[in-house]
Formats: sequence, C-alpha cells, structure tokens
Amino acid sequence: MKQFDYIIKDSLGIHARPAGLLVKTAGKFKSSVKLICNEKSADAKKLFAVMGLGVKHNSSVTVKADGSDEDEAIAELKNFFENNL
Amino acid sequence: MKIFSGKGVCGGISIGKLNVIFNNNSTVKRMHIDDIEKEITRFRNAKNRASEELRKLYEKALKEIGETNASIFEIHQMMLDDEDYVESVENIIKTQSVNAEYAVLVTSDNFSDMFSRMDDEYMKARSADVKDISERIINAMNESVKEENKSDEPSIILAYDLAPSQTVQLDKDRVLSFVTSGGSSNSHTAILAKSMNIPSIIGCNINITDSLDGKFAIVDGFTGKLYLEPTDDILEEMRKKQREDKEKQELLFNLKGKENITLDGKKINLYANIGNVRDLASVFMNDAEGIGLFRSEFIYLERDEFPSEEEQFRIYRQVAETMAGKKVIIRTLDIGADKQADYFNLEKEENPAMGYRAIRICIKQPNIFKTQLKAIFRASVFGNISVMYPMITSVSEISKIKEIVQEVKNELNAEQQKFTDIPQGIMIETPASAIISDVLAKEVDFFSIGTNDLTQYLLAVDRQNSKIDDFYDDHHPALLRLIKYVIENAHNNGIWAGICGELGADTSLTETFLKMGIDELSVSPSEVLKVRKKIREINLSK
Repeated sequence: MKQFDYIIKDSLGIHARPAGLLVKTAGKFKSSVKLICNEKSADAKKLFAVMGLGVKHNSSVTVKADGSDEDEAIAELKNFFENNL
Repeated sequence: MKIFSGKGVCGGISIGKLNVIFNNNSTVKRMHIDDIEKEITRFRNAKNRASEELRKLYEKALKEIGETNASIFEIHQMMLDDEDYVESVENIIKTQSVNAEYAVLVTSDNFSDMFSRMDDEYMKARSADVKDISERIINAMNESVKEENKSDEPSIILAYDLAPSQTVQLDKDRVLSFVTSGGSSNSHTAILAKSMNIPSIIGCNINITDSLDGKFAIVDGFTGKLYLEPTDDILEEMRKKQREDKEKQELLFNLKGKENITLDGKKINLYANIGNVRDLASVFMNDAEGIGLFRSEFIYLERDEFPSEEEQFRIYRQVAETMAGKKVIIRTLDIGADKQADYFNLEKEENPAMGYRAIRICIKQPNIFKTQLKAIFRASVFGNISVMYPMITSVSEISKIKEIVQEVKNELNAEQQKFTDIPQGIMIETPASAIISDVLAKEVDFFSIGTNDLTQYLLAVDRQNSKIDDFYDDHHPALLRLIKYVIENAHNNGIWAGICGELGADTSLTETFLKMGIDELSVSPSEVLKVRKKIREINLSK
C-alpha cells in the first residue's frame, strides 16, 4: 500500500468539478483508492462518496492506493491534487 | 402594480409576459412489481437514455456557456453512474418489489438529504443536482412528452426553482429572464444566468400560482425587483433604464481597452471622479485610466468625530493599491457651512459658498489639515498618488500650504515613516486663481479646473438658487476664454492642466477643450466611455 498527505488549497474545497475529475482519475487504476479526511474514509472511485466527505479549504486529506498499480496511481493522483486542488 | 424583490444575479432590464413553469415530480406512485428483472432493465435503459441526454446537453452548453459551466452536465452523467446510487436503486427494487420510479425517488431523497445536511452552503446546494438527475431518469422511464416553452413570444420564466438542465434546455432566444422563488446564489440557475448574461432574480418573495401565467411584468436585475403589471410611469422609467443599459453595453463592448486618442493621434488622459471607496468598482467597470478627483469629504461626513490619521491612511492606501500604479489625485478636505459634519462646529453663514470653507479651514486649523496630509503622504508609497488643494485664490495661500507640508514631512521623518515626494496641484475654481494662473503655475505641479464653482463665481450666479437657473450658463464665453487662458499658462510653465468639473463630461465642448490643448478630463465613472467615444471621433488637424 502507498499513500500521501495533502492540504486542500482550493477555496471551495473538493467541490463538484474536481470531485468528478478525481473519480475519473482514480477509476483509471486497478488498485483500490481511498480518500480520508477527518477520520472518515471514502472510495475515491465513487462521486457521491467523495462529495459526501465535504472536504473544505485548508483540510488535510490522506490518499491511499492498494493494488498492483499502486505506484503509478499514487504518482498520478499526487500530480492531480497539486494541479487541481 | 405589485413589486416583489429578491437577489438580482445579473444586471439588465427585461420587459414581457410571465411564463410559469412547475416542476412535475409529484406524480411518482409506489407500485408492487412481480417481474423484478424486467424492472431493473427498465431502470438501466432509462439511466442510459438520461445519460445520452446529458451528453447532448453538455455539448450544447459547451458551445453556449463554456467549459467551466458546462462541466455540471458531465458531473451529472457521473452521478448517474455512481455505484452507490445505482446499487441503492436496484436494491430497493429487489428487496421491496417496487417500481423503478419509486426506487429512484427514495434514493434521490436519501442522497439529497445527505447533501442538505452538510454544513457547507455550496454542498447544501448540491442536493438540487441529485434531484435533477433523479427526475431525469424518472422522465426517461415515462417517455412522456416534455413540456415545451408554451408560447413563441420571448418571456420571463417564473418557477420555484429551475434545475440546471431545465435552464439550458430552454430556448435562449425565447427567454428574457429567470425569476425563481427558491434557489441560492450558489444555485446553478444563478451561475448559468450570469454566464448567459440574462437579467435574473433568485429567492424572489413571490407566491407562484397558475394565475400569474401570461401576466405582464418587468425584471430589474440590477435591483432584484420584479414589477407585476407595472404602472405606465414605472414602465416608462424601466424602458429608459433598459435603453441606457443597452447603449452602455454597446459602448463598453466597443470601447473597453481602447485608447483616448483623437483621429489625428492626440492622446489625452481620461480619469474618473469618485466620492467614496465604493465607487472604485465602477471606475474599473467603465475602464477609466485613473482617478482625477478623489473627494475626501466622505471620510469626514460619514462619522461623528474627526477621522484619525490611521483611518485615513488605510483608506488612501486601499485606493492607491486598488488602482495599482494608475494615477490617484486626492483632493484635500472641501467642507463648508453648506456641507459639514456637526463636530466641525462651523457657524451658520449668510453665504457659505464664499465663506469659511475648504483650504481656508485647513490654513486656519492646521491640525485638521496636517492629520490628512500625513495620511496622504504615508499612503504615497503604495501607489501613484498626487494631492490637490481646493479653493485657492492667492500665492500666499500656497506658501502657507508649503510650510505646513514641510512640517508634515519633518514629523514623518522624525517618526521614521516612509513617504515619497508626490506631485502637488491646485484646483482652479475661483476667478482670481484663473487670472493669476501664470504666477500660480510656477508654484505647483498641475492645475485641475473645477468648472462648477468657477462658473458660479465668475457669473455671480448662486447654484443653490433655482430662481436664477437660466442665468447659469456654463458655455459662457467668459468661462471658455478663462479656461483657455489657464491651459496656456500651464503649458507656458511646463505643467499640465485638466478639467474635473461637470463640463469635462459635456461632449459638445470636448472638441473645444482639445483644441485649447487640455491634457486631462476627469468625469464621473459612468461618463467615461461616452467621452472616450467623442474623443475618438475628433480630428484636430481639420
């Protein structure tokens, strides 16, 4: 399993648009991808679950990937967060 | 006539008939189903059709309102395919043996509840998205004929709330406005209305009934007011407002970002007059190149005691920083018996226009003056500030001002405060200052001609006395000759001259002023583009 932490810089938090993009990005990988915020965890491949976390500006999140392509998944997701959130 | 109000989300006026739209989601009934597999297939087919509709909507929206706003339909597509959502619908069908419509409705309520319970306004508003996609699936199952915009005539759409898909599906050419009684400023209706540039009101306090359909109404998107069956007076007023707005929009469109330059290449500075920090927005909206007259009086008038140096400094700094390097000319206190704050304790005067006012107060009560000057000089390092003194009549006044300015600089140095040596100019608004402008030009860095006071003093016509309005002729040759003389004296001494009075915006004189060699015109923000248009039509070589 691989993981990284990130602090959300987008002033609206993880709102609908980046949530949709995140789900798309996570969906490209075989590994399971989890998004964790405030001790709640969500499947990053499910839109409602991600939005339901209600991740806000300045929140700290942890992204975990587990599976055969976890290295690539973590690299690309890290890149995604830095560019979109 | 009845007037309703809400939040205007996009400026503009529209006049027309109301078109009431109801959301039809109340028709779903719970029914027992025997063939569960068939019901699940019905749901999946409907979901695919809904997804296909959304794909088309996305493409339509992409062309009309751009990628950022269109992406909502892509998100909706993803919501339709959300595993949790689909699982929930299919589970309800399986475990309860109920019809797909009912399963979708229950799932919709559960998911939208989740959003509306969140403590974030943005997320709360997303419950509308869940309802929207669910309704879309239910409609796709019924395949009922969709209610189209009833009349061909463009109309004002009135609804409790509009789903984003409804907003985009409406034929834009037939929509004058959106008015909703629900909705928040985060709702997609609000966001889409703005991007489609349609004057709209959300959260309007109107009770929507069938009987409103077809009634005549006016939407004022600037104020958020809806006039139902307006009186002739209101109709006339709103038609005028609509015309002016349209003309302004056209001017804006054509003239924003253009130079203030005549056909034969003479460039002049076109600045704006402001009386408050709040006016800065309209300075930008109307594309002024700077602030030619910042009336500092409001700082004194809107309060009960003298404003401190720190308070004033913050205001001047804010304006300088907001203008980001563009010129900001601050006029020092111009208060008199006709326009005063109680704490000044000015005595009532027979003739306040010629009384104890403006620079006269500042010279007699230098403590008030010094507080303001210190604030202005300190703000000077944050932008491109100049200072301008009103009501000057003599060289000795300027000498006195210079002494006070020197004291201010000494004090600032002693306090180790930073400041720069800003340009200092004077208003030419008394006949005396105009007549000795050749001498005054050697003492200051610029002139700004205040035509309102100059006209009243020169013609001996009291502006407050309406009985003599006919005698207030601001095209009087005496005034025009004097302005010409002031400009010549400025140029002969290597300084610039501008006009900051109302005459600056009088486009019947723009050519005359340009021929005289005026360097700057400063007008109210809403007049900037009108004057720019005029300047660009003038050819001085002819």
